[in-house]
Amino acid sequence: MVFLPHTPDEKQSMLDALGLQTENDLFHMVPAQLQNPAIEFPPALTEMEISQVMQAAAAKNAGSQCVSFLGGGAYSHFIPQAAAAILSRGDFSTAYTPYQPEVSQGTLQSIFEFQTMVSRLTGMDACNAGVYDGASALAEGALMACRAARKDAILIAGAINPHYRRVLQTYLGAPGVKLIEIAAVDGATDIQALKDALSDNVAACFVQYPNYYGIIEPLEEIGALIKDSKALLGVSAYPHALGVLKTPGAWGADIVTGDLQPMGIPLSYGGPYAGYVACTEKYVRQLPGRLVGQTKDEDGKTGYVLTLQTREQHIRRSKATSNICTNQALCALAATVYLALMGPKGLRDAASLSVKRAHQLQQTLCELEGVSLAYDKPFFNEFILRLPLSAKQFCATAKQHGLLPGIQLPDENQLLVCATELTSSSDITLYKRVLSEALQQAGQPALA
Amino acid sequence: MPLDAFEPTLFELSSENGGRSWFPQESAELDGLLPGAYLNVETPSLPIVSELDVVRHFTKLSRRNFCIESGFYPLGSCTMKYNPKICDALASLPGFAQLHPQTDADLAQGALGLMDDISDFLCQLTGMDKVTTNPCAGAHGELCGMLLVRAYHRDHGSDRDTVLVPDSAHGTNPATAAMVGYKTLEVKSNAEGCVDLDDLKSKLNDKVAALMLTNPNTLGLFEKDILEIAKVVHDAGALLYYDGANLNAIAGVARPGDMGFDVVHINLHKTFSTPHGGGGPGAGPVGVKSRLVPYLPVPLIEKDEAGAYALDYSPEKTIGQLSTFFGNAGIVLRAYVYMRMHGAEGIRQNSVHAVLNARYLKSKLQHLIPAEIDADNMHEFVLTLKDKKRFGDFNAMAFAKNLIDRGYHAPTVYFPLIVKEALMMEPTETESKRTLDEFAATVEAILADAKADPEKALHAPYTTPVRKLDEVTAARRPVLTQPCLE
Repeated sequence: MVFLPHTPDEKQSMLDALGLQTENDLFHMVPAQLQNPAIEFPPALTEMEISQVMQAAAAKNAGSQCVSFLGGGAYSHFIPQAAAAILSRGDFSTAYTPYQPEVSQGTLQSIFEFQTMVSRLTGMDACNAGVYDGASALAEGALMACRAARKDAILIAGAINPHYRRVLQTYLGAPGVKLIEIAAVDGATDIQALKDALSDNVAACFVQYPNYYGIIEPLEEIGALIKDSKALLGVSAYPHALGVLKTPGAWGADIVTGDLQPMGIPLSYGGPYAGYVACTEKYVRQLPGRLVGQTKDEDGKTGYVLTLQTREQHIRRSKATSNICTNQALCALAATVYLALMGPKGLRDAASLSVKRAHQLQQTLCELEGVSLAYDKPFFNEFILRLPLSAKQFCATAKQHGLLPGIQLPDENQLLVCATELTSSSDITLYKRVLSEALQQAGQPALA
Repeated sequence: MPLDAFEPTLFELSSENGGRSWFPQESAELDGLLPGAYLNVETPSLPIVSELDVVRHFTKLSRRNFCIESGFYPLGSCTMKYNPKICDALASLPGFAQLHPQTDADLAQGALGLMDDISDFLCQLTGMDKVTTNPCAGAHGELCGMLLVRAYHRDHGSDRDTVLVPDSAHGTNPATAAMVGYKTLEVKSNAEGCVDLDDLKSKLNDKVAALMLTNPNTLGLFEKDILEIAKVVHDAGALLYYDGANLNAIAGVARPGDMGFDVVHINLHKTFSTPHGGGGPGAGPVGVKSRLVPYLPVPLIEKDEAGAYALDYSPEKTIGQLSTFFGNAGIVLRAYVYMRMHGAEGIRQNSVHAVLNARYLKSKLQHLIPAEIDADNMHEFVLTLKDKKRFGDFNAMAFAKNLIDRGYHAPTVYFPLIVKEALMMEPTETESKRTLDEFAATVEAILADAKADPEKALHAPYTTPVRKLDEVTAARRPVLTQPCLE
């Protein structure tokens, strides 16, 4: 068998030592009627054969080779080669959760560095060691706000990622938390609607920064409004935006969540990613999941341990702040290494360049007649394009040209389009050409 | 460089050289594209470290970690077995790694097909009718499973509000039940270390939604009354939930579905050996019997008559969506490679050898440290140092630290909670007889040395980069971030 080291003689001698005749005797306590189920499995493959199978399957994912303008919660940013090399070290990838701190200082110190970097980026005092992804981070943040405020209603901005909203519904529904959506007007939160919805029952209001449409929400007004209420302000933030925009902390946020995927984690068809939950000092003891703290050893040397574990499931069981166990450690490490390599300038440049590319793209496409920006508001690296033809039809045409032009929205003429620093001018040219042709085919005259 | 040398943090390594240019120069300024009021005039206070120093920093940190590749890791309940390199490599092929989750299904047929295949394999292996690979981890699978239980009862007009968990259960079980809004009630273990049937029966009533059970349980013992347990649970109108943490003991040998379980979660990082990563990422697929299928989370992968795969968000009774997209595809693919390389008989042989290794190791250690329960274990076993007359102050923690000093990882200690001074050991199937023999000899030497010099043994470890850490102060006055250096 593939990874089993036992020789037949060894196996027999071990059975002999146990006084057993055959390997089946190992399972004498399993009721006979349960044993030896018929399992239909394809035959075992060698490493060479499975490599061929996987390469053939990978080749069927034509989407991975297209010129892509897809964002909507997962983004293709540049990943330095050194990051992949560090991540591939077995010392990180094949270690367990750092419950034995003396032999886990590598993982623990890197998590401490992660907590520090994300706290600084978000303008918060602390950050947990990671959760599953951006959606579950938001859901955990909302549950955390309910615990802290001892209230059971959450306001959610209408322009939040719809996937996040669905996950929020899943998480909040079971414990009976009320989810109230604030309508978006012209692509951003309606301040008056928010004002009307704020009541004493509201634990927190969560907005996305930038929001699902790429628009930078008016956090100044929202922050001021929330400050006058008893609710907390929660922000779900795109990490690259924090490289150039004011921190959510500066706008008065109490809890900041988000997805780390844009920072050094491959798209991988939706996962594994990692989420983060950061907060001000006041709410640290309500954080879900792992936290690392700095301390001293017996000899006075600086070291790191998992701390405030009385929040967690393995200690507190049914009273824990969450059932979460994993912190997606290797993904959080990817983000840590990414930030270490990029530095403040690299992160800022990646963000700025993404913004510039998105605006170049938008301006170039809007030169075509009938094509426009759906909402004339400041946007980051995503925007909604309004087309004079059905977005579905255009996507189908674009696919033939190896182009994924964006994410379709409920409005059949709208597309959510994304650019990053990896978007090249030839990608933009291709997009314009394909759209221009599609418009012509649909009977729309196009400008050169 | 000695391993115990102090390694500064990235912030302490930071210099003022301005940082490297990763991108073309044009990127420097935003040229008024965003409103000034929203721009951060300050650069984020991240460290500035050269590439070589970053690589060195993380290389040094990595050497301060114990890992499967550096030594034997008998950590009970965690299944620290070999993580094949080929699984990582194939799941990272550009055709998977560069595939955006919003790609139209017709351009992602390869990934969808494999995810559908692994769902079928997991159905076969667990004896369930349908499997979702959406949950991102074991505890996420538990959340999914208990939401399914809740949805099922609600749909059948029942307001059951209690979940039963054995006193030996993983902490995630009661924590999950609470997250879904259930009260939890503990079921006692009997003298044989298994579910006390009388206690279970006394707690079953029309308010009980489910019993969450690990089988083999956390003592490493097979719940041999499982068929009767399933019967009494079902007779009370409750569902039986399988915590798949220990599926690696019986995969290919017996199936939870045949035992009467209605919902199972499977920790792919255990049975199917995806790397633990220092605490994730994993994956926690959930399998259900047909009566729970309507409630499965979305999206579901559906295959049409022409053999094309698509994502289906339409089921009306779904518990909803669990993650931003559809779980940890990259981990699911690693498990797929592992399964295909083993086939059904290979998976069964893994279970056989996991149990053989554990039984063999226990037989070599039991005369040194008594087992909590004197019964034939499966893939793991629990010893106890609670006998003060025999072991004095040499407790489970001290034992753990002495093992570390001798180049081994510690076993799981102080779990399950029902065992005092517990040492929970799981050698896994990928360890050789020689490794187990050497380990047993080391345990014997540790006990002898502890007897000869108890004081020294209590202050281990001595050989690690840091020694025993002050966890009390760490929790009392938490330092969770590096203060800004002025």
